[in-house]
Amino acid sequence: MTGSSPATPLVELRDISIAFGGVKAVDHVTVDLYPGEVVGLLGHNGAGKSTLIKCLSGAYQKDAGQIFVNGEEVEINNPRDARRHNIETIYQTLALADNLDASANLFLGRELTTPFGFVDDSRMEAETRRIMGRLNPNFQKFASPVSALSGGQRQSVAIARAVYFNAKILIMDEPTAALGPQETQMVAELIDELKRQGLGIFLIDHDIHQVKVLCDRAAVMKNGKLVGVVKVDEVTEDDLLGMIILGKKPDQLAA
Amino acid sequence: MTITAHAPAAPAKKSLFDTLEIDTRLLGMIGAFVFLCLAFDFATDGRFLTPRNIFNLTIQTVSVAIMATGMVFVIVTRHIDLSVGSLLATCSAIMAVTQTSILPDMLDLGIGHPLIAPITIVVGLIAGTLIGAFQGFLVGYMLIPAFIVTLGGLLVWRNVAWYITNGQTIGPLDETFQLLGGINGTLGASASWVVGLIAVAATLWALFAARRRNIAHDFPVKPLWAEVAMGALFTAAILGFVATLNAYEIPAARLRRMFAARGEVLPEGFTAGYGIPISVLLLIIVAIAMTVIARKMRLGRYIFATGGNPDAAELSGINTRMLTVKVFALMGFLCALSAVVASARLTNHANDIGTLDELRVIAAAVIGGTALSGGIGTIYGAILGALIMQSLQSGMAMVGVDAPFQNIVVGAVLVAAVLIDILYRRRMGVRT
Repeated sequence: MTGSSPATPLVELRDISIAFGGVKAVDHVTVDLYPGEVVGLLGHNGAGKSTLIKCLSGAYQKDAGQIFVNGEEVEINNPRDARRHNIETIYQTLALADNLDASANLFLGRELTTPFGFVDDSRMEAETRRIMGRLNPNFQKFASPVSALSGGQRQSVAIARAVYFNAKILIMDEPTAALGPQETQMVAELIDELKRQGLGIFLIDHDIHQVKVLCDRAAVMKNGKLVGVVKVDEVTEDDLLGMIILGKKPDQLAA
Repeated sequence: MTITAHAPAAPAKKSLFDTLEIDTRLLGMIGAFVFLCLAFDFATDGRFLTPRNIFNLTIQTVSVAIMATGMVFVIVTRHIDLSVGSLLATCSAIMAVTQTSILPDMLDLGIGHPLIAPITIVVGLIAGTLIGAFQGFLVGYMLIPAFIVTLGGLLVWRNVAWYITNGQTIGPLDETFQLLGGINGTLGASASWVVGLIAVAATLWALFAARRRNIAHDFPVKPLWAEVAMGALFTAAILGFVATLNAYEIPAARLRRMFAARGEVLPEGFTAGYGIPISVLLLIIVAIAMTVIARKMRLGRYIFATGGNPDAAELSGINTRMLTVKVFALMGFLCALSAVVASARLTNHANDIGTLDELRVIAAAVIGGTALSGGIGTIYGAILGALIMQSLQSGMAMVGVDAPFQNIVVGAVLVAAVLIDILYRRRMGVRT
């Protein structure tokens, strides 16, 4: 991107590289994200989208490159660092501890405590009931371990966890992969609402149609390299498909 | 809030246990324990359930039970510690040398100095904690499997203990130190009643506070009669336990010696009960502290989260490597505490102290419902597991079962207990 927008990007991943034993999983990739924007990350399995995004969420450490949040360079070495910069991630695996209940998962790593330093289960459950009442009013299983929940219910716990802590930057790794049509619709509405609130969202998805509907821009990756970043309104689904498969920008944009 | 409005049609009838919110698994264990006790009592013509035998059972259980509470955390985080028996021996050896040679001779405190016991115990606890933390470092940061690290530790620490003492039995240990062993240090009847009443008050207050908290947050609460029934049950159990330990009377000859030591004469018809042994009080304190850690502190929350899903814990910002060090350090601390109790009970340090304890401790935790796949386990379960193991062992000895059969039965019971647990969990489905 050549800085066509005057505002500072919420996040800029500049020239990121990471290799695993000689395989360049991400090779000098630069992507940015503005407030109130949804950027889709597209590519085949193994194209490097999840790896790239894990450098931002703190799950992996980049080998080279810089990360800027609100124009300032930041070091993200672990998930705690990412959370400190209000970066929240919804992982494809959901990353829930199956043996704990919804509120323990929602507050995992950030428990509310009493003045004596004990975890305040009642207050956490009350907060969980409140946010779930907004996200998924049918959710009732507050006392059961999350292993007893359905796929959609588990997903809503993972989403609640990302949304509850005033995230500024949200990373969603295939948030609708395990969901039925109704729940997918719920996630789509949520993304729209969060956009209106000014969050920036990275959305990793396989479904080109969905990316066209939900995203403002799409970044396409192939073999660890960035093929290009396009505004989704300026391209067709076939153009996107071409970028994913052939690794080439469509002719009308490749000027 | 209109939570009830959303609730799916509630099942028409709840079972009695559901209403009381008693864990049915715990109930099964208590049932098995009671059955065991009654069976042994019948087989020994009523000698098993005497105050004297119950007293002995409790003090024999303490050492393994203390370590079992730590083993719960180790196993919950998907690790194992095979070195606890050897670690106990090393701590015991260090403390034996400290109190019989280093402090009295080299530091010139003299035999019987009141500071010997506290300094010795602190030294032992520090040693145990450091050794545990070192093993945790090898597991957490060097990523060597816990099985290997502690299998190595099993050999290393057993023989470090041997080396420290040249294989000699060291005793008698310091008089004050021996108070922590069991029969040589009890609270006496009146102090035991005081402790019992404090325990009852604390239990009732905890029940009340929990109910008040739930009401404040509009959470569902169980009916009042159920709370009262639980309170009555706990009260009866605590006071019954105290009464039993008080009923075991100090033999007249021993009383006479105790009075003679104070320059008095034993009055005619005077009797005194032993009351709660200090070691048992120690176990109760450990059990409460460990339960608080497990349920009410971040450390415990992270231990269970890591056991349930290590990746999720890591991604939630939990430092799982440091957590491993902490869990093993805690295990080491508890091994040292058990070493105090075990050596004080025997009044000396012997080379074979704690031999095979690792297996008893793991068995107690597993019988108590700790899942080796991680994420599941309770402190009270492990203590009950230790009690069941010890009852089985001493019950069979009292009945006169041949030694080889005793071990055959204990081994078979361990496997059977896990099988029953697996079947139970399967029937309950994912609802654990």
